[in-house]
Amino acid sequence: MSQQHPETTVDTSAAGAVDGTGHGTKDRAQYGLCAGLGLLGAYVLFDASRIGAVASSNDPVGPKPMPILLGVLLIIVAVLYAVDVARGGAGEAEEGEDIDLETSVDWRTIGLLIGAFAVNAVLIEPLGWVISGALLFWGSAFALGNRHHVRGLAAGVALSLITFYAFAIGLGVNLPAGILQGIL
Amino acid sequence: MDNINSLIGGFGDVLSPMNLLIALLGVTVGTAVGVLPGIGPAMTVALLLPITYGLEPVQGLILFAGIFYGGMYGGSTTSILLNTPGESSSVVTAIEGNKMAKAGRAAQALATSAIGSFVAGTIGTLGIVFLMPQVVKFAISLGAPEYLAIILLTFTGVTAVLGASRIRGMAALLVGLTIGVVGIDFVTGQQRLTGGLPQLADGIDVVVVAVGIFAVGEALWVAAHLRRKAGSVIPVGRPWMGRDDWRRSWKPWLRGTALGFPFGALPAGGAEIPTLLSYTAEKKLTKHPEEFGHGAIEGVAGPEAANNASAAGTLVPMLALGLPTNATAAIMLAALQGWGIEPGPLLLTKEPALVWALIASLFVGNLMLLLLNLPLAPAWAKLLQIPRPYLYAGILFFASMGAYAVNSQPFDLWLLLVLGLIGFAMRRFGLPVLPLIVGVILGPLVERQGRRALQLTGGDLSGLIGGPVAWFCYALIVIAIAWPLVSLVRGRRGRRGPGGGDAGGDGPEPLTNARAGHSFNSSEA
Repeated sequence: MSQQHPETTVDTSAAGAVDGTGHGTKDRAQYGLCAGLGLLGAYVLFDASRIGAVASSNDPVGPKPMPILLGVLLIIVAVLYAVDVARGGAGEAEEGEDIDLETSVDWRTIGLLIGAFAVNAVLIEPLGWVISGALLFWGSAFALGNRHHVRGLAAGVALSLITFYAFAIGLGVNLPAGILQGIL
Repeated sequence: MDNINSLIGGFGDVLSPMNLLIALLGVTVGTAVGVLPGIGPAMTVALLLPITYGLEPVQGLILFAGIFYGGMYGGSTTSILLNTPGESSSVVTAIEGNKMAKAGRAAQALATSAIGSFVAGTIGTLGIVFLMPQVVKFAISLGAPEYLAIILLTFTGVTAVLGASRIRGMAALLVGLTIGVVGIDFVTGQQRLTGGLPQLADGIDVVVVAVGIFAVGEALWVAAHLRRKAGSVIPVGRPWMGRDDWRRSWKPWLRGTALGFPFGALPAGGAEIPTLLSYTAEKKLTKHPEEFGHGAIEGVAGPEAANNASAAGTLVPMLALGLPTNATAAIMLAALQGWGIEPGPLLLTKEPALVWALIASLFVGNLMLLLLNLPLAPAWAKLLQIPRPYLYAGILFFASMGAYAVNSQPFDLWLLLVLGLIGFAMRRFGLPVLPLIVGVILGPLVERQGRRALQLTGGDLSGLIGGPVAWFCYALIVIAIAWPLVSLVRGRRGRRGPGGGDAGGDGPEPLTNARAGHSFNSSEA
């Protein structure tokens, strides 16, 4: 995979809009991604170096070569990627029905969503899925701009109750009942 | 004749009331999510995976098959009525389809795409019936080196041929392969990349990866760029076609099918190339060239058929070789593994009832979809009005539920969040997600085959070379990587590469418009 020419040239309208810097500028955030890939490669190599060599007649290769190969390839790709970026290459940000690439990334919404997500992860075992799931739905809808709080919460409670009865009780999927154990 | 008998047996399995109900549920859910913005069949199948572990494998697969085909029917509805294709494979449909809808011919556009999908899906499924057992016969004789070569060819296909940028595809593939390494080595029991976390010792579950990348990543990405005013939906009545529409549609359906199925069946096929080829072919062959660019029915009929036939084709490598070439097939393979069924050449021998029931359910589902879509299209179009906060909150809700249910540990929810952020970054930087998920699923397999191949030669690297089949695969890989024509074709596919813009006069122009940002198109509307 040693093709080095800038592979995708910039879709100026989309890529420019993503970082909100207008046309013709290089999308420098891509270097961060390259660095991340390189670091991942380095970590994979470091981890592989700790694996003890196991010699065995029915597995002459052992567990080491695969991560070493991956680590080396990750670093090579990180470098080639950086070269591609330096030569003006840029990925095309994904489009979709509800996506407006004219706007810059709305970090507040992302932060709130991560918060709702974290609340669910922390509360799911102590309080149970019905409560934490309802909070997750209500919180995410709020983050995404829903301002009908009662309706949002009601929808969340309804969804988590339905899923709990249908999947946990009906199909035997593992969902915790939490403090509502015995009530549901 | 064996195939036919087995298929009849498969129909026997499917035509029980319970299984028909599940098929109906599958196609309904599939159409709904295909219509709904932001959700594709791959994401839906990923979200439903943990739930189906409570079902019989046959029923789970019937459900997935319904979602798989239904998603494509629904997807074309969205691209015709909203001009914002959710998936790359329906980009081409949107070009003429949306023009037809704007010209007041939405009903005919929906009808030709639904009937064309039915024709292509049925012929394509017949193609599976006859082709798949042949591929199995061939594949069963393959040794580890050959199998390794075929997997590497699949990797090349999903990274170098299908995507827009090889380096980005390669990066995604490597991240996926790295995720696949996490956990205890299957031979020696050594921990790799677990960071000492006991929760990672069993590896990262494919379900969590798929849900994280497809569902959470997509929801976060949409949330970051949520279109505050919804796009305008073109109102539509019941789909129908006049005599003239039929006359102009049936040949494009068949040609689209003929183009789509082989591409899908290749380990490096995909739907993008055949839909575009079909569009170009119809444009050349039409008796109404003046209508192209203003809503020509051939330009909807052909690509839609090619899209569905290619989807049917992807089931050949999936069932015969255990190789996924699109995201939904990848997750269906993960589902098989979840039920403890080993995908691969032995699948048809070990689980013939399962395979044939799946194929029979494709025929049944396809017919259900036709009956469901023609009269109900206006109702489906109403789904486009769902409030977006609830839609994406619902996606996160079901994603969390599914990821937790796999292992019942909150740790997986944090993992899901991290994977969701990776999925977000991939969408931001234009990294394709398919290579990643293929890497996660095939990573352990490629390592196992590689180690097995070297075991035969006691570690001597000559063991990797294998026989003629492997040579052929490696030759194809070299061609795919080196052939400069590939980048020329990519230039034609609307990527404005240097010198690619003048590569062809007819293909790129409408595609460029369709791809260059829908904001551009919708501001015109």
